[in-house]
Amino acid sequence: MLELKNISYNAKDDLNKEIIRDISLVVPDEKLVVITGPNGGGKSTLAKLIAGIEMPTSGKIFLNGEDITGWDITTRARAGIGFSFQQPVRFKGIQVLDLIRLAAGKQLSVASACDYLSEVGLCAREYIDREVNSSLSGGELKRIEIATVLARATKLSVFDEPEAGIDLWSFQNLIQVFQRMRENIKGSSILIISHQERIMNIADEIIVIKDGKLDRQGTREEILPGLIGTASAMPSCMKSM
Amino acid sequence: MLQLDEIQMRLLREVADLHEIPEGAYNIRSNSEAAGRQSTANIEIIPKTDVSGIDIRIKPGTKNESVHIPVVMTKSGLKEVVYNDFYIGEDADVVIVAGCGIDNCGGDDSEHDGIHRFYLEKNAKVRYVEKHYGSGNGKGKRILNPGTEVYMAEGSSMEMEMVQIKGVDDTDRRTIAELAANAKLVVRERLMTHGSQRALSTYDIRLNGEGSSADVVSRSVARDDSYQRFDAKIIGNTACTGHTECDSIIMDRGKILAVPGLEANHVDASLVHEAAIGKIAGDQIIKLMTLGLTEQEAEEQIINGFLK
Repeated sequence: MLELKNISYNAKDDLNKEIIRDISLVVPDEKLVVITGPNGGGKSTLAKLIAGIEMPTSGKIFLNGEDITGWDITTRARAGIGFSFQQPVRFKGIQVLDLIRLAAGKQLSVASACDYLSEVGLCAREYIDREVNSSLSGGELKRIEIATVLARATKLSVFDEPEAGIDLWSFQNLIQVFQRMRENIKGSSILIISHQERIMNIADEIIVIKDGKLDRQGTREEILPGLIGTASAMPSCMKSM
Repeated sequence: MLQLDEIQMRLLREVADLHEIPEGAYNIRSNSEAAGRQSTANIEIIPKTDVSGIDIRIKPGTKNESVHIPVVMTKSGLKEVVYNDFYIGEDADVVIVAGCGIDNCGGDDSEHDGIHRFYLEKNAKVRYVEKHYGSGNGKGKRILNPGTEVYMAEGSSMEMEMVQIKGVDDTDRRTIAELAANAKLVVRERLMTHGSQRALSTYDIRLNGEGSSADVVSRSVARDDSYQRFDAKIIGNTACTGHTECDSIIMDRGKILAVPGLEANHVDASLVHEAAIGKIAGDQIIKLMTLGLTEQEAEEQIINGFLK
Protein backbone atom coordinates (compact mmCIF):
# COMPACT_ATOMS: atom_id res chain seq x y z
CA MET A 1 0.00 0.00 0.00
CA LEU A 2 1.21 3.47 -0.89
CA GLU A 3 0.13 6.40 1.21
CA LEU A 4 0.74 10.11 0.63
CA LYS A 5 0.16 12.36 3.62
CA ASN A 6 -0.16 16.12 3.16
CA ILE A 7 2.28 16.25 0.24
CA SER A 8 3.19 19.68 -1.11
CA TYR A 9 5.74 20.56 -3.76
CA ASN A 10 6.97 23.96 -4.86
CA ALA A 11 8.56 24.66 -8.24
CA LYS A 12 12.37 24.64 -8.18
CA ASP A 13 12.70 27.79 -10.26
CA ASP A 14 9.97 29.66 -8.42
CA LEU A 15 9.69 28.56 -4.81
CA ASN A 16 6.51 30.57 -4.36
CA LYS A 17 4.75 28.53 -7.02
CA GLU A 18 2.96 25.55 -5.52
CA ILE A 19 2.66 22.67 -7.99
CA ILE A 20 1.22 20.20 -5.49
CA ARG A 21 -0.82 21.44 -2.56
CA ASP A 22 -1.41 19.30 0.51
CA ILE A 23 -2.40 16.09 -1.23
CA SER A 24 -3.21 12.99 0.80
CA LEU A 25 -4.19 9.77 -0.91
CA VAL A 26 -3.93 6.00 -0.69
CA VAL A 27 -3.20 3.38 -3.35
CA PRO A 28 -4.51 0.21 -1.68
CA ASP A 29 -3.05 -3.25 -2.26
CA GLU A 30 -4.37 -5.20 -5.22
CA LYS A 31 -6.12 -2.18 -6.72
CA LEU A 32 -5.70 -0.35 -9.99
CA VAL A 33 -5.92 3.37 -9.30
CA VAL A 34 -6.09 6.02 -12.02
CA ILE A 35 -5.10 9.61 -11.35
CA THR A 36 -6.67 12.01 -13.84
CA GLY A 37 -7.34 15.71 -14.21
CA PRO A 38 -6.64 18.64 -16.50
CA ASN A 39 -3.21 19.18 -18.05
CA GLY A 40 -0.85 21.19 -15.87
CA GLY A 41 -2.69 20.09 -12.73
CA GLY A 42 0.36 18.39 -11.19
CA LYS A 43 -0.30 14.72 -12.03
CA SER A 44 3.13 13.96 -13.51
CA THR A 45 4.83 15.78 -10.66
CA LEU A 46 2.93 13.59 -8.24
CA ALA A 47 4.17 10.47 -10.07
CA LYS A 48 7.75 11.76 -9.88
CA LEU A 49 7.36 12.44 -6.17
CA ILE A 50 6.29 8.83 -5.68
CA ALA A 51 9.29 7.48 -7.62
CA GLY A 52 11.71 9.80 -5.79
CA ILE A 53 12.66 11.76 -8.91
CA GLU A 54 11.40 14.87 -7.13
CA MET A 55 11.35 15.42 -3.38
CA PRO A 56 8.33 16.99 -1.66
CA THR A 57 8.60 20.38 0.04
CA SER A 58 6.52 18.99 2.88
CA GLY A 59 4.48 15.91 3.76
CA LYS A 60 5.27 12.21 4.04
CA ILE A 61 5.18 9.18 1.75
CA PHE A 62 4.70 5.67 3.14
CA LEU A 63 5.17 2.35 1.36
CA ASN A 64 3.62 -0.56 3.24
CA GLY A 65 3.69 1.53 6.40
CA GLU A 66 7.35 2.52 6.08
CA ASP A 67 8.29 6.18 5.74
CA ILE A 68 10.14 6.44 2.39
CA THR A 69 10.03 10.24 2.09
CA GLY A 70 13.80 10.64 2.35
CA TRP A 71 14.68 7.66 0.17
CA ASP A 72 16.36 8.21 -3.17
CA ILE A 73 15.19 6.78 -6.53
CA THR A 74 17.33 3.62 -6.29
CA THR A 75 16.22 2.74 -2.77
CA ARG A 76 12.57 3.20 -3.68
CA ALA A 77 13.02 1.13 -6.84
CA ARG A 78 14.61 -1.66 -4.81
CA ALA A 79 11.81 -1.40 -2.24
CA GLY A 80 9.34 -2.23 -5.01
CA ILE A 81 8.32 0.89 -6.91
CA GLY A 82 8.32 0.60 -10.71
CA PHE A 83 8.05 3.68 -12.88
CA SER A 84 7.17 4.12 -16.53
CA PHE A 85 8.18 7.49 -17.99
CA GLN A 86 5.79 9.61 -19.99
CA GLN A 87 8.64 10.34 -22.40
CA PRO A 88 10.91 7.28 -22.51
CA VAL A 89 14.65 7.83 -22.51
CA ARG A 90 16.90 6.84 -25.42
CA PHE A 91 20.31 5.21 -24.99
CA LYS A 92 23.03 4.88 -27.60
CA GLY A 93 24.44 1.37 -27.67
CA ILE A 94 22.15 -0.17 -25.03
CA GLN A 95 20.02 -2.85 -26.65
CA VAL A 96 16.41 -3.66 -25.82
CA LEU A 97 17.60 -6.97 -24.35
CA ASP A 98 20.10 -5.16 -22.09
CA LEU A 99 17.42 -2.82 -20.80
CA ILE A 100 14.96 -5.62 -20.05
CA ARG A 101 17.70 -7.58 -18.27
CA LEU A 102 18.62 -4.53 -16.18
CA ALA A 103 14.94 -4.11 -15.33
CA ALA A 104 14.57 -7.75 -14.34
CA GLY A 105 17.75 -7.49 -12.28
CA LYS A 106 19.04 -10.80 -13.60
CA GLN A 107 20.43 -12.46 -16.72
CA LEU A 108 17.07 -13.31 -18.23
CA SER A 109 17.14 -15.76 -21.11
CA VAL A 110 16.46 -14.19 -24.51
CA ALA A 111 13.19 -16.16 -24.64
CA SER A 112 11.99 -14.73 -21.32
CA ALA A 113 12.94 -11.19 -22.38
CA CYS A 114 11.03 -11.73 -25.62
CA ASP A 115 7.94 -12.67 -23.63
CA TYR A 116 7.83 -9.14 -22.16
CA LEU A 117 8.08 -7.60 -25.62
CA SER A 118 5.32 -9.84 -26.96
CA GLU A 119 3.26 -8.83 -23.95
CA VAL A 120 3.32 -5.19 -25.11
CA GLY A 121 2.58 -6.12 -28.71
CA LEU A 122 6.05 -5.93 -30.23
CA CYS A 123 7.35 -8.67 -32.48
CA ALA A 124 10.10 -9.75 -30.12
CA ARG A 125 12.49 -11.13 -32.72
CA GLU A 126 12.58 -7.79 -34.54
CA TYR A 127 13.26 -5.72 -31.45
CA ILE A 128 15.34 -7.70 -28.97
CA ASP A 129 18.68 -6.74 -30.58
CA ARG A 130 17.72 -3.19 -31.50
CA GLU A 131 19.40 -0.30 -29.76
CA VAL A 132 17.16 1.85 -27.58
CA ASN A 133 18.10 4.88 -29.65
CA SER A 134 16.50 7.37 -31.99
CA SER A 135 15.93 4.70 -34.65
CA LEU A 136 12.87 3.62 -32.64
CA SER A 137 9.60 5.51 -32.98
CA GLY A 138 7.89 7.12 -30.02
CA GLY A 139 5.28 4.35 -29.90
CA GLU A 140 7.91 1.60 -30.04
CA LEU A 141 9.89 3.24 -27.25
CA LYS A 142 6.79 3.60 -25.17
CA ARG A 143 5.98 -0.07 -25.43
CA ILE A 144 9.56 -1.02 -24.56
CA GLU A 145 9.31 1.32 -21.57
CA ILE A 146 6.20 -0.49 -20.40
CA ALA A 147 7.92 -3.85 -20.99
CA THR A 148 10.71 -2.78 -18.61
CA VAL A 149 8.14 -2.11 -15.89
CA LEU A 150 6.52 -5.51 -16.52
CA ALA A 151 9.96 -7.15 -16.28
CA ARG A 152 10.56 -5.54 -12.91
CA ALA A 153 7.40 -7.15 -11.50
CA THR A 154 7.30 -4.66 -8.62
CA LYS A 155 4.77 -4.35 -5.82
CA LEU A 156 3.70 -0.92 -7.07
CA SER A 157 3.87 0.00 -10.75
CA VAL A 158 3.44 3.68 -11.63
CA PHE A 159 2.67 4.61 -15.26
CA ASP A 160 2.86 8.27 -16.24
CA GLU A 161 0.47 8.80 -19.16
CA PRO A 162 1.13 5.51 -20.93
CA GLU A 163 -1.08 6.64 -23.80
CA ALA A 164 1.07 9.71 -24.61
CA GLY A 165 2.88 9.43 -27.92
CA ILE A 166 1.23 6.17 -28.85
CA ASP A 167 -0.99 5.63 -31.90
CA LEU A 168 -4.56 4.40 -31.77
CA TRP A 169 -3.65 0.92 -32.95
CA SER A 170 -1.06 0.55 -30.20
CA PHE A 171 -3.48 2.01 -27.70
CA GLN A 172 -5.91 -0.91 -28.18
CA ASN A 173 -3.07 -3.23 -27.36
CA LEU A 174 -2.07 -1.18 -24.35
CA ILE A 175 -5.52 -1.47 -22.82
CA GLN A 176 -5.15 -5.24 -23.04
CA VAL A 177 -1.78 -5.04 -21.30
CA PHE A 178 -3.33 -3.17 -18.38
CA GLN A 179 -6.34 -5.50 -18.34
CA ARG A 180 -3.99 -8.48 -18.00
CA MET A 181 -2.04 -6.67 -15.27
CA ARG A 182 -5.33 -6.02 -13.48
CA GLU A 183 -6.27 -9.72 -13.72
CA ASN A 184 -2.91 -10.74 -12.25
CA ILE A 185 -2.74 -7.97 -9.65
CA LYS A 186 -2.47 -10.33 -6.68
CA GLY A 187 0.27 -9.12 -4.36
CA SER A 188 0.75 -5.81 -6.19
CA SER A 189 -0.94 -2.55 -7.07
CA ILE A 190 -1.00 -0.26 -10.09
CA LEU A 191 -1.14 3.52 -10.37
CA ILE A 192 -1.78 5.02 -13.81
CA ILE A 193 -1.76 8.71 -14.67
CA SER A 194 -4.15 8.97 -17.60
CA HIS A 195 -6.80 10.99 -19.40
CA GLN A 196 -8.19 7.97 -21.20
CA GLU A 197 -11.71 6.84 -20.51
CA ARG A 198 -10.86 3.29 -21.54
CA ILE A 199 -8.11 3.11 -18.94
CA MET A 200 -10.43 4.55 -16.29
CA ASN A 201 -12.95 1.90 -17.29
CA ILE A 202 -10.68 -0.77 -15.85
CA ALA A 203 -9.82 1.20 -12.70
CA ASP A 204 -10.93 0.22 -9.21
CA GLU A 205 -10.52 3.76 -7.99
CA ILE A 206 -10.17 7.16 -9.62
CA ILE A 207 -8.51 10.25 -8.18
CA VAL A 208 -8.97 13.67 -9.79
CA ILE A 209 -6.17 16.22 -9.36
CA LYS A 210 -6.86 19.82 -10.31
CA ASP A 211 -4.71 22.91 -9.79
CA GLY A 212 -2.32 20.86 -7.68
CA LYS A 213 -5.03 19.79 -5.28
CA LEU A 214 -7.03 16.64 -4.76
CA ASP A 215 -10.40 17.37 -6.34
CA ARG A 216 -12.25 14.08 -5.97
CA GLN A 217 -11.46 10.50 -4.97
CA GLY A 218 -13.61 7.41 -5.05
CA THR A 219 -14.52 4.18 -6.81
CA ARG A 220 -14.83 4.12 -10.59
CA GLU A 221 -18.59 3.96 -10.28
CA GLU A 222 -18.63 7.08 -8.12
CA ILE A 223 -16.22 9.21 -10.11
CA LEU A 224 -16.25 8.21 -13.77
CA PRO A 225 -19.82 9.27 -14.72
CA GLY A 226 -19.03 12.84 -13.67
CA LEU A 227 -15.91 12.91 -15.83
CA ILE A 228 -17.23 11.60 -19.15
CA GLY A 229 -16.89 14.22 -21.85
CA THR A 230 -14.56 16.42 -19.83
CA ALA A 231 -10.85 16.88 -20.53
CA SER A 232 -10.14 14.40 -17.74
CA ALA A 233 -11.75 11.47 -19.56
CA MET A 234 -11.28 11.58 -23.29
CA PRO A 235 -12.45 8.78 -25.54
CA SER A 236 -9.35 7.65 -27.41
CA CYS A 237 -10.62 8.91 -30.79
CA MET A 238 -10.97 12.48 -29.49
CA LYS A 239 -7.58 12.42 -27.83
CA SER A 240 -5.93 11.54 -31.10
CA MET A 241 -7.43 14.49 -32.96
CA MET B 1 57.07 -21.22 -28.44
CA LEU B 2 58.61 -19.39 -25.52
CA GLN B 3 57.04 -19.87 -22.15
CA LEU B 4 54.76 -16.93 -21.26
CA ASP B 5 54.10 -16.04 -17.64
CA GLU B 6 50.72 -15.36 -16.07
CA ILE B 7 50.82 -11.58 -16.69
CA GLN B 8 51.77 -12.08 -20.33
CA MET B 9 48.94 -14.56 -20.79
CA ARG B 10 46.50 -12.11 -19.20
CA LEU B 11 47.62 -9.37 -21.60
CA LEU B 12 47.17 -11.76 -24.52
CA ARG B 13 43.63 -12.48 -23.40
CA GLU B 14 42.89 -8.75 -23.12
CA VAL B 15 44.23 -7.70 -26.50
CA ALA B 16 43.56 -10.72 -28.70
CA ASP B 17 41.06 -12.89 -26.80
CA LEU B 18 43.73 -15.57 -26.90
CA HIS B 19 43.49 -18.29 -24.30
CA GLU B 20 45.83 -20.64 -26.08
CA ILE B 21 47.90 -20.76 -29.25
CA PRO B 22 45.64 -19.52 -32.04
CA GLU B 23 44.72 -21.51 -35.09
CA GLY B 24 46.17 -20.36 -38.37
CA ALA B 25 49.08 -18.00 -38.79
CA TYR B 26 50.41 -16.09 -35.80
CA ASN B 27 53.32 -14.11 -34.49
CA ILE B 28 53.45 -13.41 -30.78
CA ARG B 29 55.92 -10.77 -29.69
CA SER B 30 56.83 -10.55 -26.04
CA ASN B 31 59.28 -8.04 -24.57
CA SER B 32 60.79 -7.37 -27.99
CA GLU B 33 61.36 -11.05 -28.80
CA ALA B 34 59.43 -13.53 -30.88
CA ALA B 35 57.57 -15.77 -28.45
CA GLY B 36 56.03 -17.88 -31.19
CA ARG B 37 55.50 -17.80 -34.92
CA GLN B 38 53.64 -19.92 -37.40
CA SER B 39 53.03 -19.55 -41.10
CA THR B 40 50.44 -21.51 -43.04
CA ALA B 41 50.21 -22.69 -46.63
CA ASN B 42 48.56 -19.41 -47.62
CA ILE B 43 49.89 -16.96 -45.08
CA GLU B 44 53.60 -16.50 -44.73
CA ILE B 45 55.20 -14.54 -41.90
CA ILE B 46 58.77 -13.42 -42.58
CA PRO B 47 60.91 -11.48 -40.09
CA LYS B 48 62.39 -8.27 -41.45
CA THR B 49 66.16 -8.02 -41.60
CA ASP B 50 66.69 -4.26 -41.80
CA VAL B 51 64.34 -3.12 -39.03
CA SER B 52 62.34 -4.76 -36.26
CA GLY B 53 59.12 -6.29 -37.53
CA ILE B 54 57.60 -8.80 -39.92
CA ASP B 55 56.20 -9.08 -43.42
CA ILE B 56 52.90 -10.93 -43.69
CA ARG B 57 52.19 -12.22 -47.17
CA ILE B 58 48.72 -13.52 -47.85
CA LYS B 59 48.27 -15.44 -51.10
CA PRO B 60 45.61 -14.38 -53.62
CA GLY B 61 42.30 -16.13 -53.08
CA THR B 62 42.97 -17.06 -49.44
CA LYS B 63 39.58 -17.36 -47.77
CA ASN B 64 38.39 -17.63 -44.17
CA GLU B 65 41.84 -17.60 -42.63
CA SER B 66 43.15 -15.48 -39.80
CA VAL B 67 46.42 -13.95 -38.64
CA HIS B 68 47.09 -13.07 -35.01
CA ILE B 69 50.01 -10.77 -34.26
CA PRO B 70 49.65 -9.66 -30.62
CA VAL B 71 52.37 -7.86 -28.70
CA VAL B 72 52.85 -7.97 -24.93
CA MET B 73 55.30 -6.00 -22.85
CA THR B 74 55.94 -6.56 -19.16
CA LYS B 75 59.44 -5.14 -18.74
CA SER B 76 59.48 -1.57 -17.49
CA GLY B 77 61.49 0.85 -19.61
CA LEU B 78 61.24 -1.00 -22.93
CA LYS B 79 60.88 1.19 -26.00
CA GLU B 80 60.44 -0.22 -29.46
CA VAL B 81 59.34 0.71 -32.95
CA VAL B 82 58.05 -2.24 -34.96
CA TYR B 83 57.21 -2.31 -38.65
CA ASN B 84 54.66 -4.86 -39.79
CA ASP B 85 53.75 -4.94 -43.47
CA PHE B 86 50.74 -6.85 -44.73
CA TYR B 87 50.44 -7.84 -48.39
CA ILE B 88 46.95 -9.12 -49.05
CA GLY B 89 46.56 -10.86 -52.40
CA GLU B 90 43.76 -10.46 -54.92
CA ASP B 91 40.36 -11.79 -53.80
CA ALA B 92 41.68 -12.87 -50.40
CA ASP B 93 39.26 -12.62 -47.48
CA VAL B 94 40.98 -12.70 -44.09
CA VAL B 95 40.79 -11.60 -40.47
CA ILE B 96 43.82 -9.91 -38.91
CA VAL B 97 43.96 -9.55 -35.14
CA ALA B 98 46.65 -7.24 -33.77
CA GLY B 99 46.80 -5.54 -30.41
CA CYS B 100 49.25 -4.57 -27.75
CA GLY B 101 49.13 -4.97 -24.01
CA ILE B 102 51.62 -3.29 -21.69
CA ASP B 103 51.96 -4.14 -18.03
CA ASN B 104 54.29 -1.65 -16.39
CA CYS B 105 54.99 -2.07 -12.72
CA GLY B 106 58.24 -0.14 -12.82
CA GLY B 107 59.25 3.48 -12.76
CA ASP B 108 60.34 3.81 -16.38
CA ASP B 109 58.10 4.45 -19.36
CA SER B 110 57.27 1.51 -21.65
CA GLU B 111 56.51 2.34 -25.24
CA HIS B 112 55.46 0.34 -28.28
CA ASP B 113 55.08 2.10 -31.59
CA GLY B 114 53.59 -0.32 -34.08
CA ILE B 115 53.67 0.82 -37.68
CA HIS B 116 51.28 -1.31 -39.72
CA ARG B 117 51.13 -0.98 -43.47
CA PHE B 118 48.43 -2.75 -45.42
CA TYR B 119 48.59 -3.29 -49.17
CA LEU B 120 45.28 -4.67 -50.40
CA GLU B 121 45.23 -6.05 -53.92
CA LYS B 122 42.19 -5.96 -56.18
CA ASN B 123 38.97 -7.14 -54.43
CA ALA B 124 40.83 -8.23 -51.30
CA LYS B 125 38.81 -8.11 -48.12
CA VAL B 126 40.19 -7.61 -44.61
CA ARG B 127 38.68 -7.39 -41.21
CA TYR B 128 41.24 -5.90 -38.84
CA VAL B 129 40.84 -5.87 -35.05
CA GLU B 130 43.28 -3.97 -32.86
CA LYS B 131 42.96 -3.68 -29.10
CA HIS B 132 45.21 -1.71 -26.83
CA TYR B 133 45.39 -2.27 -23.12
CA GLY B 134 47.55 -1.20 -20.21
CA SER B 135 47.89 -2.41 -16.65
CA GLY B 136 50.34 -2.33 -13.75
CA ASN B 137 50.73 0.18 -10.96
CA GLY B 138 54.23 1.49 -11.65
CA LYS B 139 54.89 5.17 -12.14
CA GLY B 140 56.31 4.52 -15.60
CA LYS B 141 53.90 5.39 -18.37
CA ARG B 142 52.38 2.94 -20.81
CA ILE B 143 52.69 4.52 -24.22
CA LEU B 144 51.32 3.25 -27.54
CA ASN B 145 51.72 5.16 -30.76
CA PRO B 146 50.20 3.12 -33.58
CA GLY B 147 50.71 4.22 -37.13
CA THR B 148 48.43 2.60 -39.69
CA GLU B 149 48.70 2.99 -43.43
CA VAL B 150 46.19 1.40 -45.74
CA TYR B 151 46.62 1.25 -49.52
CA MET B 152 43.56 -0.14 -51.19
CA ALA B 153 43.36 -1.32 -54.81
CA GLU B 154 40.20 -1.37 -56.87
CA GLY B 155 37.21 -3.09 -55.27
CA SER B 156 39.03 -3.96 -52.05
CA SER B 157 37.42 -3.49 -48.67
CA MET B 158 38.69 -3.13 -45.14
CA GLU B 159 36.86 -2.99 -41.86
CA MET B 160 38.94 -1.78 -38.94
CA GLU B 161 37.90 -2.08 -35.32
CA MET B 162 40.22 -0.21 -33.00
CA VAL B 163 39.66 -0.36 -29.29
CA GLN B 164 41.47 1.24 -26.37
CA ILE B 165 39.45 1.04 -23.20
CA LYS B 166 41.84 0.97 -20.30
CA GLY B 167 45.24 1.71 -18.93
CA VAL B 168 47.10 3.37 -21.81
CA ASP B 169 48.63 6.62 -20.54
CA ASP B 170 49.58 8.22 -23.79
CA THR B 171 48.65 7.41 -27.34
CA ASP B 172 49.14 9.17 -30.62
CA ARG B 173 47.33 7.21 -33.30
CA ARG B 174 47.81 8.15 -36.91
CA THR B 175 45.88 6.46 -39.68
CA ILE B 176 46.22 7.22 -43.35
CA ALA B 177 44.42 5.53 -46.21
CA GLU B 178 44.34 5.80 -49.98
CA LEU B 179 41.46 4.25 -51.84
CA ALA B 180 41.23 3.31 -55.52
CA ALA B 181 37.97 2.84 -57.45
CA ASN B 182 35.12 1.17 -55.54
CA ALA B 183 37.31 0.48 -52.53
CA LYS B 184 35.52 0.63 -49.20
CA LEU B 185 36.96 1.51 -45.80
CA VAL B 186 34.99 1.25 -42.57
CA VAL B 187 36.56 2.29 -39.26
CA ARG B 188 35.03 1.83 -35.85
CA GLU B 189 37.08 3.33 -33.06
CA ARG B 190 36.23 3.00 -29.38
CA LEU B 191 38.21 4.85 -26.83
CA MET B 192 38.07 5.52 -23.12
CA THR B 193 40.60 7.61 -21.25
CA HIS B 194 40.84 8.12 -17.52
CA GLY B 195 43.24 9.57 -14.95
CA SER B 196 45.52 12.02 -16.69
CA GLN B 197 45.73 10.03 -19.93
CA ARG B 198 46.06 11.64 -23.31
CA ALA B 199 44.85 10.18 -26.59
CA LEU B 200 45.20 11.70 -30.01
CA SER B 201 43.66 10.10 -33.06
CA THR B 202 44.32 11.49 -36.50
CA TYR B 203 42.92 10.27 -39.79
CA ASP B 204 43.89 11.30 -43.27
CA ILE B 205 41.82 9.42 -45.82
CA ARG B 206 42.09 10.05 -49.53
CA LEU B 207 39.29 8.88 -51.77
CA ASN B 208 41.08 8.79 -55.11
CA GLY B 209 39.06 6.26 -57.11
CA GLU B 210 35.57 6.68 -58.45
CA GLY B 211 32.95 5.01 -56.26
CA SER B 212 35.26 4.68 -53.27
CA SER B 213 33.84 5.21 -49.81
CA ALA B 214 35.02 5.72 -46.25
CA ASP B 215 33.02 5.64 -43.02
CA VAL B 216 34.90 6.53 -39.84
CA VAL B 217 33.00 6.47 -36.56
CA SER B 218 34.63 7.16 -33.21
CA ARG B 219 32.86 6.71 -29.91
CA SER B 220 34.78 7.87 -26.90
CA VAL B 221 34.55 8.62 -23.21
CA ALA B 222 36.92 11.02 -21.44
CA ARG B 223 36.91 10.69 -17.65
CA ASP B 224 38.82 12.30 -14.77
CA ASP B 225 41.45 14.73 -16.12
CA SER B 226 42.06 13.00 -19.44
CA TYR B 227 42.36 14.64 -22.83
CA GLN B 228 41.32 13.43 -26.28
CA ARG B 229 41.68 14.85 -29.73
CA PHE B 230 39.86 13.34 -32.69
CA ASP B 231 41.08 14.79 -35.94
CA ALA B 232 39.47 13.12 -38.92
CA LYS B 233 40.10 14.39 -42.40
CA ILE B 234 38.57 12.92 -45.53
CA ILE B 235 39.62 14.15 -48.92
CA GLY B 236 37.35 13.41 -51.86
CA ASN B 237 39.21 13.64 -55.15
CA THR B 238 36.55 12.05 -57.32
CA ALA B 239 32.92 10.85 -57.25
CA CYS B 240 32.96 9.23 -53.80
CA THR B 241 31.25 9.18 -50.42
CA GLY B 242 32.85 9.91 -47.07
CA HIS B 243 31.46 10.09 -43.56
CA THR B 244 33.14 10.77 -40.25
CA GLU B 245 31.48 10.84 -36.89
CA CYS B 246 32.77 11.65 -33.44
CA ASP B 247 30.38 10.89 -30.63
CA SER B 248 31.78 11.52 -27.18
CA ILE B 249 30.79 11.46 -23.55
CA ILE B 250 32.68 13.84 -21.34
CA MET B 251 32.91 13.33 -17.57
CA ASP B 252 34.57 14.92 -14.55
CA ARG B 253 37.24 17.33 -15.80
CA GLY B 254 37.90 15.58 -19.10
CA LYS B 255 38.55 17.54 -22.27
CA ILE B 256 37.76 16.58 -25.85
CA LEU B 257 38.62 18.33 -29.06
CA ALA B 258 36.91 17.15 -32.25
CA VAL B 259 38.33 18.56 -35.46
CA PRO B 260 36.14 18.05 -38.50
CA GLY B 261 38.03 18.00 -41.76
CA LEU B 262 36.41 17.53 -45.14
CA GLU B 263 38.00 18.45 -48.42
CA ALA B 264 36.04 17.99 -51.64
CA ASN B 265 38.04 18.38 -54.83
CA HIS B 266 35.37 17.03 -57.16
CA VAL B 267 31.78 18.09 -57.72
CA ASP B 268 30.51 14.54 -57.13
CA ALA B 269 32.35 14.04 -53.86
CA SER B 270 29.77 13.69 -51.10
CA LEU B 271 31.29 14.17 -47.65
CA VAL B 272 29.61 14.36 -44.25
CA HIS B 273 30.98 15.04 -40.80
CA GLU B 274 29.10 14.72 -37.53
CA ALA B 275 30.39 15.48 -34.05
CA ALA B 276 28.64 15.47 -30.71
CA ILE B 277 30.23 15.90 -27.30
CA GLY B 278 28.26 16.01 -24.07
CA LYS B 279 27.90 14.62 -20.61
CA ILE B 280 25.65 11.67 -19.81
CA ALA B 281 22.05 12.88 -19.96
CA GLY B 282 20.50 13.16 -16.50
CA ASP B 283 17.30 11.44 -17.59
CA GLN B 284 19.30 8.37 -18.71
CA ILE B 285 20.74 8.03 -15.21
CA ILE B 286 17.31 8.58 -13.62
CA LYS B 287 15.72 5.93 -15.86
CA LEU B 288 18.28 3.30 -14.84
CA MET B 289 17.96 4.32 -11.18
CA THR B 290 14.21 3.64 -11.40
CA LEU B 291 15.23 0.11 -12.43
CA GLY B 292 17.12 -0.23 -9.14
CA LEU B 293 20.66 0.73 -10.20
CA THR B 294 22.72 3.17 -8.16
CA GLU B 295 23.86 6.36 -9.85
CA GLN B 296 27.35 4.89 -10.32
CA GLU B 297 26.01 1.60 -11.70
CA ALA B 298 23.79 3.56 -14.07
CA GLU B 299 26.78 5.54 -15.37
CA GLU B 300 28.77 2.35 -15.91
CA GLN B 301 25.92 0.74 -17.85
CA ILE B 302 25.49 3.82 -20.03
CA ILE B 303 29.22 3.93 -20.80
CA ASN B 304 29.43 0.18 -21.40
CA GLY B 305 26.55 0.38 -23.84
CA PHE B 306 28.00 3.43 -25.55
CA LEU B 307 31.36 1.73 -26.08
CA LYS B 308 29.98 -1.70 -26.92
